[in-house]
Amino acid sequence: MSRRRLNRIGINLLGLFVFVVMVFPVYWMVATAFKEGRNILADTPQFFPSPATLSNFDDAIHRPFFWDAIKNSLIVVTAVVGFSLVVGFLAALALAKFRFYGRSAFIVLILGVQMLPLNALIIPLYVQASRVELTNKLTGVIITYLTFVLPFTVWTLRGFMLGIPRELEEAAMVDGSTRFGAFARILLPLVAPGLVATSIFAFIVTWNEFLIAYVFLSSAENQTASVWLAGFTTSRGTEWGPLMASATLIALPVLAFFLLIHRKIAFGLTAGAVRG
Amino acid sequence: MSQGPGGEAGFPALTGAAAEPFAVRRRRSLPTRASRAIWPYLLVAPAALVIGAVLGYPVYFLVRLSFQQFGLAELVTKKGTWIGFDNFTRLFHDEQFWSVVLRTFVFTAVNVGLTMLFGTLIALLLTRLGRFMRLLLVSGLVLVWATPVVVAVNIFRWMVDFEFGVLNWTLTRLHIGDFLNKDWFVDPTTGFAVITAVIVWGAIPFVAITLYAGLSQVPGELIEAAQIDGARRWQIFRDITFPLLLPIFVILTSLSIIWDFQVFNQVWLMRDGEPEEDYWLMSVYSFVEAFRLGEYGFGAAIAVVMVCLMFGATFVYLRQMIRIGEVR
Repeated sequence: MSRRRLNRIGINLLGLFVFVVMVFPVYWMVATAFKEGRNILADTPQFFPSPATLSNFDDAIHRPFFWDAIKNSLIVVTAVVGFSLVVGFLAALALAKFRFYGRSAFIVLILGVQMLPLNALIIPLYVQASRVELTNKLTGVIITYLTFVLPFTVWTLRGFMLGIPRELEEAAMVDGSTRFGAFARILLPLVAPGLVATSIFAFIVTWNEFLIAYVFLSSAENQTASVWLAGFTTSRGTEWGPLMASATLIALPVLAFFLLIHRKIAFGLTAGAVRG
Repeated sequence: MSQGPGGEAGFPALTGAAAEPFAVRRRRSLPTRASRAIWPYLLVAPAALVIGAVLGYPVYFLVRLSFQQFGLAELVTKKGTWIGFDNFTRLFHDEQFWSVVLRTFVFTAVNVGLTMLFGTLIALLLTRLGRFMRLLLVSGLVLVWATPVVVAVNIFRWMVDFEFGVLNWTLTRLHIGDFLNKDWFVDPTTGFAVITAVIVWGAIPFVAITLYAGLSQVPGELIEAAQIDGARRWQIFRDITFPLLLPIFVILTSLSIIWDFQVFNQVWLMRDGEPEEDYWLMSVYSFVEAFRLGEYGFGAAIAVVMVCLMFGATFVYLRQMIRIGEVR
């Protein structure tokens, strides 16, 4: 009995150790962001920021183009989330509620797109965008991101719709409601959690994306937050304090949202794999 | 979880007798078959159009570019010149290229191996932790998962800073070696170790959490039965848990191969947008040729070879996915 207990304590200590190792980099970013300059550049690292200061954050938000970058990212995110929800919802509806010729081909397309090597496609994407003059415009980035997000959106929403018993819809129609009425009053509320999950997923992917924005958006005032952060002057003697403060600010919204929906994402990708 | 995405809801049709007349009338008022058949296509059209235009066409365009002389001048005139296999011939006679290919394969193998190893171990650990510890560790993993790549790279650069890096200090204090004032990036081997650390660190949460979700769906009776039969822990994992998780394992491994084979951001950002030739992976090589030297055609040829080399892994993944698709 006592050996089993020791065993359990050991396992949990191991869990704690893994937790500390994994979380430490994120902690180190936040801790550095709150430190005073002389404590950041210390021969013996200071593991807890005391005295804590907000001056790094103050520096970060007053850097050139910081607010432009945040604004651009917000525009892109809003557009991608909005479009992906509408377009994805319609496609998911077709997959879940209709049998039609080419249905399985579309499913293969949706699943196949997830493994397209996007880094290999950056060249044709750029040449194509420059042909139709969409480079250095947020529109080009928005359209491209939409395709990153759509497959997941369609697949996840389809799953939510399959979970709704047909009888519910039929019952609503029997009660004198139209097909659209049944849709709005029965289907929509039941799919709502799926809509929330997929829109947050779209938010995260879009907010974090680097390569497309880096290649497409050349001028400083058009850049998104991740490109802005990558361009943070980082020669010898980098100002680690303001850099870590900026990184914290840019990571913050994503960290918060991700904690809300991580279950749905892991599940969406491998749904049914075990039972299949 | 059982009614989430992909959950089946195959209830038998239960049309009550009282509802019958209404149902019949409804059926008659439905649109004709032909107009009904068009609905799903209308619904799918926008999504198919966007995916086709933004992803389908570029795949074709990438291949076409690889057979063209397409430089900065052609970018302006918007027309490339067909040169057949010249880009590929040049590429295959390029010694630099083969060392990049070899490096990419080794890099992918190491990264996928470490990701899957640690991911699996952490997933197994999660199943044995107490409630509180498990919740804590999962939240920690999610935190890491959410960290944007650009942010993660900057954190790791700071941790291995050659003067004030906390990792240098810790390793020295643990007497693993003298890492004070060590510049990790002078030697590509240690440089790649840092890059691998960022990638594996960032990839573990997805693998661990997904596998853990799979593990928690393995029926407990199976494991109990095996225990009663005197099976050891390792045997249970090998003969029961692992076979049941194999589909998920295949998917995760294939996805990791695809992601790690085309790694670009971490290398590029870690080297400040100017990676030395010792740091070139295939995607970096392709990017430099295209966007630094303006050789879009040649860069496209490299990308095409990269995609072809990935095809083996892709094939396994696709087959798995189609099988899942058919079960639905």
